[in-house]
Amino acid sequence: MRTPRRLDRVLDLTAALGRGVIAMLRGIGGVALFAAEALSHVVRPPFHGRLFLRAFVEIAWFSLPVVALTAVFTGMVLALQSYTGFARFNAEGAVANVVVLSITRELGPVLAGLMVAGRIGAAFAAEIGTMRVTDQIDALHTLSTDPVKYLVTPRILAGTLALPLLVVVADILGVMGGWLIGTQQLGFASGAYLKATFDFLQPWDVISGLIKAAAFGFIVTLMGCWCGYTSGGGAQGVGRATTAAVVASSILILAVDYVLTALMFSR
Amino acid sequence: MSEPKIRLRGLAKSFGPKLVLDGVDLDIRAGHSMVILGGSGSGKSVTLKCILGLIAPDAGTIEIDGRDVATLSRADRRALNDRIGMLFQNGALFDSLPVWENVCFKLLAQKRIARGAARDRAAEVLAQVGLAASVGDLYPSELSGGMQKRVGLARAIAAEPDIIFFDEPTTGLDPIMGAVIDGLIVDCVRRLGATAVSITHDMASARRIGDDAAMIHKGRIVWTGAAASLGQTGNAMVDQFARGEREGPIEMELRK
Repeated sequence: MRTPRRLDRVLDLTAALGRGVIAMLRGIGGVALFAAEALSHVVRPPFHGRLFLRAFVEIAWFSLPVVALTAVFTGMVLALQSYTGFARFNAEGAVANVVVLSITRELGPVLAGLMVAGRIGAAFAAEIGTMRVTDQIDALHTLSTDPVKYLVTPRILAGTLALPLLVVVADILGVMGGWLIGTQQLGFASGAYLKATFDFLQPWDVISGLIKAAAFGFIVTLMGCWCGYTSGGGAQGVGRATTAAVVASSILILAVDYVLTALMFSR
Repeated sequence: MSEPKIRLRGLAKSFGPKLVLDGVDLDIRAGHSMVILGGSGSGKSVTLKCILGLIAPDAGTIEIDGRDVATLSRADRRALNDRIGMLFQNGALFDSLPVWENVCFKLLAQKRIARGAARDRAAEVLAQVGLAASVGDLYPSELSGGMQKRVGLARAIAAEPDIIFFDEPTTGLDPIMGAVIDGLIVDCVRRLGATAVSITHDMASARRIGDDAAMIHKGRIVWTGAAASLGQTGNAMVDQFARGEREGPIEMELRK
């Protein structure tokens, strides 16, 4: 009797694992097809310029305060931490270099991406999810309007273009935060700090961060739209979609950050 | 007999193990108003969504003007949708847009009208459903349920479609407002000369807006006839439903 029971358990476990893998693959396939369809509308008229502008302002302008504050405080903390850490082996002079490299290559795009995921990814998922459960997406169909073209493409395009702009601001403010602590608290001369910053900075450091930002903007808006578009089950379903959008965007940002870093900086 | 405007044959649809449509056959005459009756979960809404192209049926055919809609290209399907209006049960108005943009949404999306002219057109259509032009500047969240239904109706007729669908048009309204909406539906459909398909379980509404009626039960059409005869059709199921009687061939699936 024992062996068949044990075999049943193994089979149940395998079946559960298989179902999980199939569901995951189905999800990945669904997102990929959804993204492909949304991108195909970028070059197919009619274009919804007004909706693009609205989404762009929502992402770029209204996310500015939260991204700016995050960048300033990150730059300040980075300067303090690297100063106290590097002091252990008399390398305090590298603070400016560390701050600018960390901000432009890594922390600017990643933190801006995570902030925008919390703000915009959740908002898009909630808005589109509510439209789904109140039949507004079906109404778009009956009004001869492609819902993906109308709701998704302008948002994804806006996110992909807006996040690099936000990261330019985050880079500047992050470096300023480091400079502020460096000159006001750590005793660096202002000119020397800035000279160390710009002498060490390469164009590729900034460009690589902007490429990452565009990728993160795409991910955040895509996942927000996808989770909202596929939501169901009333208010609870919309709540789940909102949570899923933020969690999926955040994890994907960190995973894609590694992949892009490996591609752009591995030797 | 002339060709029906809409012809359904053997329409079937399941969601997982649940069979919702089990071979729906129905003809809807051009220029007439058909009311599809049925209890909750009988398959009314799914039938409507299949005709609208919102749900793909598992089997069967849907012909509109003699053309099988399953064989239409995306462009042809869009062209067909241009000729269709739809009033959703809860209005499904776009809450990010003011009423006038909701009303002229299709015309604006297809660039059949400039934004400036759309306001005037919206005022014209709002007047047809008994609303003042000033309502055009409000947002859907600022409207009562009855007003939302009227705006939904205005949106459905703004592009002058030749087929209009109504999904439970009087649900959630008081009896007087229900009668007002029914009256507006009849007026609009007659003025446009459109073919109308309504789904409802409101018998008074069915008699007011329907020329023809069909009863759907467990995913099948069990009766078709004149809407005026509802309540005295001689079909036990329809008569039980029309009179709202507990006892009869229709048994509610209640867990005991």
